[in-house]
Amino acid sequence: MIRNFCIIAHIDHGKSTLADRMLQLTGVVEGRQMREQYLDRMDIERERGITIKSQAVRLPWTATAGEGAGQTYVLNMIDTPGHVDFTYEVSRSLAACEGAVLVVDAAQGIEAQTLANLYLAIDADLHLIPVLNKIDLPGAQPEKYAAELAHIIGCDAGDVIRVSAKTGEGVEHLLNEIVAQVSPPVGDADAPSRAMIFDSIYDTYRGVVTYVRVIDGKLSHRERIKMMSTGAVHEMLEVGVIAPEPTKAQEIGVGEVGYLITGVKDVRQSRVGDTVTSSVNGATHALPGYRHPNPMVYAGLYPIDGDDYPALRDALDRLQLNDAALMFEPETSGALGFGFRCGFLGLLHMEIVRERLEREFDLDLISTSPNAVYRVEMEDGTEFEVTNPSEFPGGSGGSSPQKGTSPTGKVAAVYEPVVHATIISPSDYIGSIMELCQGRRGSLLGMDYLSAERVELRYTVPLAEIVFDFFDQLKSRTKGYGSLDYEPTGEEPADLVKVDIMLHGETVDAFSAIVHRDSAYSYGVSLARKLKELIPRQQFEVPIQAAIGSRIIARETVRAMRKDVLAKCYGGDITRKRKLLERQKEGKKRMKTVGRVEVPQEAFIAALSTGGTPEKGK
Amino acid sequence: MPSALPEGDPAPRDGVLPESALSGLGSRRFGLYMHVPFCVVRCGYCDFNTYTASELGDDPGASRTSYHRAVIHELNLARKVLGADAPPADTVFFGGGTPTLLTPEQFDAVLTVVRDEFGLAPDAEITTEANPDSIGADSLRRLRDSGITRISFGMQSAVPHVLATLDRTHDPERVPRVMDWAREAGFDHVSLDLIYGTPGESMADWRTSLDAALDTRPDHISAYSLIVEPGTALAQRVRRGELAAPDDDDLADKYQLADEVLGARGLAWYEVSNWARAPAARCRHNEIYWTGGDWWGAGPGAHSHVGGVRWWNVKHPAAYAARLAEDRSPAYAREILDDEVRRMERVLLELRLSDGLSLSVLDPAGVRAAARQTEAGNLEPAALDRGRAVLTCRGRLLADAVVRDLLP
Repeated sequence: MIRNFCIIAHIDHGKSTLADRMLQLTGVVEGRQMREQYLDRMDIERERGITIKSQAVRLPWTATAGEGAGQTYVLNMIDTPGHVDFTYEVSRSLAACEGAVLVVDAAQGIEAQTLANLYLAIDADLHLIPVLNKIDLPGAQPEKYAAELAHIIGCDAGDVIRVSAKTGEGVEHLLNEIVAQVSPPVGDADAPSRAMIFDSIYDTYRGVVTYVRVIDGKLSHRERIKMMSTGAVHEMLEVGVIAPEPTKAQEIGVGEVGYLITGVKDVRQSRVGDTVTSSVNGATHALPGYRHPNPMVYAGLYPIDGDDYPALRDALDRLQLNDAALMFEPETSGALGFGFRCGFLGLLHMEIVRERLEREFDLDLISTSPNAVYRVEMEDGTEFEVTNPSEFPGGSGGSSPQKGTSPTGKVAAVYEPVVHATIISPSDYIGSIMELCQGRRGSLLGMDYLSAERVELRYTVPLAEIVFDFFDQLKSRTKGYGSLDYEPTGEEPADLVKVDIMLHGETVDAFSAIVHRDSAYSYGVSLARKLKELIPRQQFEVPIQAAIGSRIIARETVRAMRKDVLAKCYGGDITRKRKLLERQKEGKKRMKTVGRVEVPQEAFIAALSTGGTPEKGK
Repeated sequence: MPSALPEGDPAPRDGVLPESALSGLGSRRFGLYMHVPFCVVRCGYCDFNTYTASELGDDPGASRTSYHRAVIHELNLARKVLGADAPPADTVFFGGGTPTLLTPEQFDAVLTVVRDEFGLAPDAEITTEANPDSIGADSLRRLRDSGITRISFGMQSAVPHVLATLDRTHDPERVPRVMDWAREAGFDHVSLDLIYGTPGESMADWRTSLDAALDTRPDHISAYSLIVEPGTALAQRVRRGELAAPDDDDLADKYQLADEVLGARGLAWYEVSNWARAPAARCRHNEIYWTGGDWWGAGPGAHSHVGGVRWWNVKHPAAYAARLAEDRSPAYAREILDDEVRRMERVLLELRLSDGLSLSVLDPAGVRAAARQTEAGNLEPAALDRGRAVLTCRGRLLADAVVRDLLP
């Protein structure tokens, strides 16, 4: 009598509202306790309308139609993260289900990220229930988008269920269809227990709460459990189900979805994808699919006020309790001071971490430009990974002398990660999108019309090109209609160089970037120009140079300041003049010194704020 | 719009000064400043504390005819505060505004009180600013008869389009004539004020103004770069894009030209923006400001300094008159300078002078900074060897940056 399903939807297509409506209809949450987007707990989730961490909730449903009418079923709804950065978490959520409800906005049609998650669901062999939401909207075009959905998943347009999560129309029918269409879980109740972790969150009061789907056997609150990837054994303090607040149970059995608490304080000890078994007479084979999440994108995070460095470290420690994918290590920048090199799953992940640090921990941060991870092979056969431009062998041939920790010797090859990008857009913008992708070293894999007016384009693109300002460009070229999804597909050799920026002959580490040789010149020129506008005139001329190794590729000059004096100084001006001097001296303390050049921190911040705001979900 | 007054500590109602400020009174130079806050029209660049007739309305306290009585009242108060040891005045300066809007009788009345309350030192310098537009041969003679010894004319420029941008109404041809009249009236010391860097002023325009000024044989010239003060009509026109903002490189070029041309014709710099034909032609009143001397500034918004206490009066003529009518000090606020602040002021003021700053005023880091600044071409090497920091021409243009470097 169990049905495990998830909902796949683009961020604002109404997944959370639909979930809310289901909670209400099944009587799990009373109308007066209802608050919008009940399951999205974090402020950022609710404000941005996206789900970052998945949740699971148990809904008792007495079917009102069909063969099971009158019978009460347990529906476990597993909410999936809606974003590409969390593809791995999505795939684990999907692996905990037998069915997926695919929700598409009846006024907008399917988006690239939904499509990506849909393909994951198909790969996981889930039964799909296509749903058009927001049919109450005046702009809804249910006929058109039902046809589009039917075309994509290969069903009949008449099978697409039409609902309005806002008004509740069709939601009861959907619940009945879930009962009718999704198959009950199959597992061996008598086999050694095996449960898959599809999520784990850190709770201030209870420690790590681990969400699991029991595949075989059962987990009881009395036993000790073992994490199969590490062999670590934990005391089980509590098992239960979410209905929708955590509710203790004696045990959770085969096919069921629930949570367990072991007193562990760090989610890295309870990794998504891992298999939980009993410590005594446990299973010998783990469930397939566990993968250690590796950061795809790195950036330096620095406190604007250097005194906040310890606070930033504490905050990152705290976030890591709840975010197994977040990595960080201390780094020092001549321009920005003490900070951390942080690794993220993707741009949204980076943006969320940064926003949480600023909001929940009240920190003002500056981030260096994000970069991908590069693999460098040296001619002597050694090999290393570059997560920070400063580690990149200078010059493309690697022949120029190196500073810092980067290896010496000759580079044989550099490999960069490439992604498979899917773009969905109104077909009017095809030309402009192709131009963008070609400019970013993309190669077209294929193109499909989803309907007469909407097209799906598939490209392979180096990740480095995506992390820059690709998404912003896509949005502006498609008047906001284009959507993007990407997933890593491996690596390719590339002709990459490190561009350094020098002020008065001193390299400013915060601006070093690894770029393709073809775009090195334009990167150097644009950054040098920008800095020329931002750096105040000094008493001497300040050259700003962009260089690859020892070769200068761009040069601008901040001319020497010739006048810095107030002409008048009457009796009444003295106090005013002295106060001005005091303010100027105060301002000087906020200056960073690069060699002899005094640069206001604001100039670094402005130069790093490329306007390339990472993908904000939509 | 006049600029805002600084904030400070509250000033006592009776204007009384701490003992520390009064000790040593008389061992320092002592001057009196009279602020005359009236103009016929307000120039677009000006943020001084001055008012046109229409701005003042018909407030009786603020009237131009009764103004001198309030000033006299303040001079009586000054004498009371400074006490029996108040020294005779070395200098008196009428500034504004347009001081020559006062009648000869008003000048006489004020100067009579100055003589009665303080007395005048032998050879006292008594200056008034004057507008070439609103003064004639007769009034110049009357001013000389009242005891004024020095006139400073607001020439600003000799180029009509520059004068127009500055809202100055006088005909450039009038300047040589008022200079002649002033000399005929018996003034030995006549100075001209010039402004450079007005939007639209070319290098050639500036050269024309310098030559025209020098042709009238002044013994002193002040040349100020145009400053676009916030809140002025000029600032608004610049913000709206009607006028170009002054450019630092252009200002620097014009300063260097001024120093060259004035120097070639016998006027040597003695303060960043002031040149004199001989040491005796320097403005002794301004030197009091720059060397930490004492002065009492009377009039609305006037600033004073006595023995390390600075204070400033309420700005509006009506508020000023009202205070004095109640026998209250017109001071709005004051500050008592501690040793470190006084040292800072010495550095920022004395470094602007051709006599320069004694290195003994600096801490060891400041002395090292002075050596660095000499190497950078901003301080005179020969003077440094004598133990003094004296700005070069290049250094004068960077004086504020040098000051920041010399101070901790």
